[in-house]
Amino acid sequence: MNGGWFLEKWGSAWNEQVEKFKARFGADCEEVRMPGAYPTDVPILYVKKARIVEALQFLKSEPGFEYDFLADLTATDEEVEPRFEIVYNLRSITRHWRIRVKCRCAESESVPTAIPVWPAANWAEREVWDMYGVKFEGHPDLRRILMDERWEGHPLRKDYPLKGYQLFPTPMSAHPELLQD
Amino acid sequence: MSEPRSNRAGLFEEVAVIQGKPSDQVSIHRDPDDLWDDARVIVNIGPTHPAMHGALRMVAKLNGETIEKSYCEFGYTHRAKEKLGENRTYHNFIVYTDRLNYCSALINNVTYAMAVEKLMGIEVPTRCTWIRMVCCELARVIDHLICVGINAVDLGAFSFFLYGFHQREEAYTLIEKLCGARLTTSYTRIGGLMHDAPEGWEKEVKDWVKRTRKVIDEMDSLLTGNRIWHQRTKGVGVFNREQCLQYSWSGPNARAAGIDRDLRRDQPVMFYKDVEFDVPVAQNGDVFDRYSVRLEEIRQSLNIIAQCCDKVKPGPVWAEDKRIRIPDKEVVHNTMEGLIHHFKFFMTGFDVPAGEAYTTFEAANGELGFYIVSKGGPRAHRMRIRGPSVWHFQGLTPMCQGSKVADMVAALGSINIIAGELDR
Repeated sequence: MNGGWFLEKWGSAWNEQVEKFKARFGADCEEVRMPGAYPTDVPILYVKKARIVEALQFLKSEPGFEYDFLADLTATDEEVEPRFEIVYNLRSITRHWRIRVKCRCAESESVPTAIPVWPAANWAEREVWDMYGVKFEGHPDLRRILMDERWEGHPLRKDYPLKGYQLFPTPMSAHPELLQD
Repeated sequence: MSEPRSNRAGLFEEVAVIQGKPSDQVSIHRDPDDLWDDARVIVNIGPTHPAMHGALRMVAKLNGETIEKSYCEFGYTHRAKEKLGENRTYHNFIVYTDRLNYCSALINNVTYAMAVEKLMGIEVPTRCTWIRMVCCELARVIDHLICVGINAVDLGAFSFFLYGFHQREEAYTLIEKLCGARLTTSYTRIGGLMHDAPEGWEKEVKDWVKRTRKVIDEMDSLLTGNRIWHQRTKGVGVFNREQCLQYSWSGPNARAAGIDRDLRRDQPVMFYKDVEFDVPVAQNGDVFDRYSVRLEEIRQSLNIIAQCCDKVKPGPVWAEDKRIRIPDKEVVHNTMEGLIHHFKFFMTGFDVPAGEAYTTFEAANGELGFYIVSKGGPRAHRMRIRGPSVWHFQGLTPMCQGSKVADMVAALGSINIIAGELDR
């Protein structure tokens, strides 16, 4: 894949940003994959999960970065240890550029929630929990979001079967406790 | 159960001021069974309520008619599209993209095709790109007509909806001429289109643009100055710039709150650099502004369609790349090699080189993104769909806090939640 239009326009800005980011996070920035060297459209920053929220906050508020828009939050199942990668696709409303932050997470581990940085992360993290079974520390309401709350298993894991049933004879009831003040 | 109304502290004093009498002399006539004062009621709006667009559910705690606290649920039409994307070939997945935002299926088709082409490094021919642009803008007009129309229906302005619906039907007829389907188009292919546009199609589209311009002006004069419409929409469902950024709102809903961003202009793909159009922006972020932005965007889309129709020239619609080119039926039916090629293409699919890309396009509702991770082979390792409706729907709860139930209906209609792309 060629970097194309993105790389031409933002290549130098990305190089500067990656240098600054590495200087700030040191060994906690595990790996950087740049377009050109790796088949990706935007740079990928791998951050250790202990400092992921700090990294996201840094990218959001630091002048010269200004990634102030959480375009997407999702995960992938890599089938090797550590098993999951949480993917944050960031975009800058002011400067238009984009970047991707990833954070590796083993099956038994949990990731700090990004809600303090972006309230929008709330449902996206619930979806990652629903689909992959990755827990988010400090999430206020980590329930399933797409599947029924009584569902067993996490469908987007690679070892999840493609066919099967789980039947529930009664509809799901509401949660009045969520409406308490 | 709450206290009966007559016991509410201060009620008699309040009435005494209104009636101009001492508080021990006022009389309050009331229904003895009315226990609503100070009572909080939990109501379930949806999932099969006509005012909820699609199978959405809101559970709200009401004080009278005011929503004090609420939460939303969805997922009733979840079809595991992302899982299917990992277990179908790239070609097979095209039909599933139709069912994302079914009001503007063509935009999903085009964005998906662009995403895979980006991973494979394929450039499509000029004619193909222009036709895709016409398709995108047709779909955007249809989507916006539906959104403003249904929003008006929810608030009681039914005839407004029918004006737009007529033009929408004609647009679907144009789309039908392209691909034989009206709603679920599946028109694009990776590296090309299902068919070339039929002879004279551009001219028909231009005639339709002319007629639609007039209808949009009519719709504008019918509703935009209407006092009832103003009262139902101005200052209702306000979501300001800050909140839009916090909740990752994009598209017309964010533009209504003053975020002057449009991916067609700011990250131009296809030939959007070569056409002229304005990006309408409003400041208040209420239902009325979202309506006005959408109405103006329809006009701008019509301008784009007219320009594209002038620029589209005869030529090939397929990229000449042996990996992705579906063999012509003539060759399939008459040669052994063609038949094998056809069989291999549809049974095994083509390999996409390893890599990952997050491809976005300004869909009718906002930023539509396909995050595809490929590890080689004919199936994606991860097929993530970023539907704008998910992020918009998340903002409904903070937006409706403290508003009336009827205003929630107006707000929900104005942010154009499409259950297909919400549940995926």
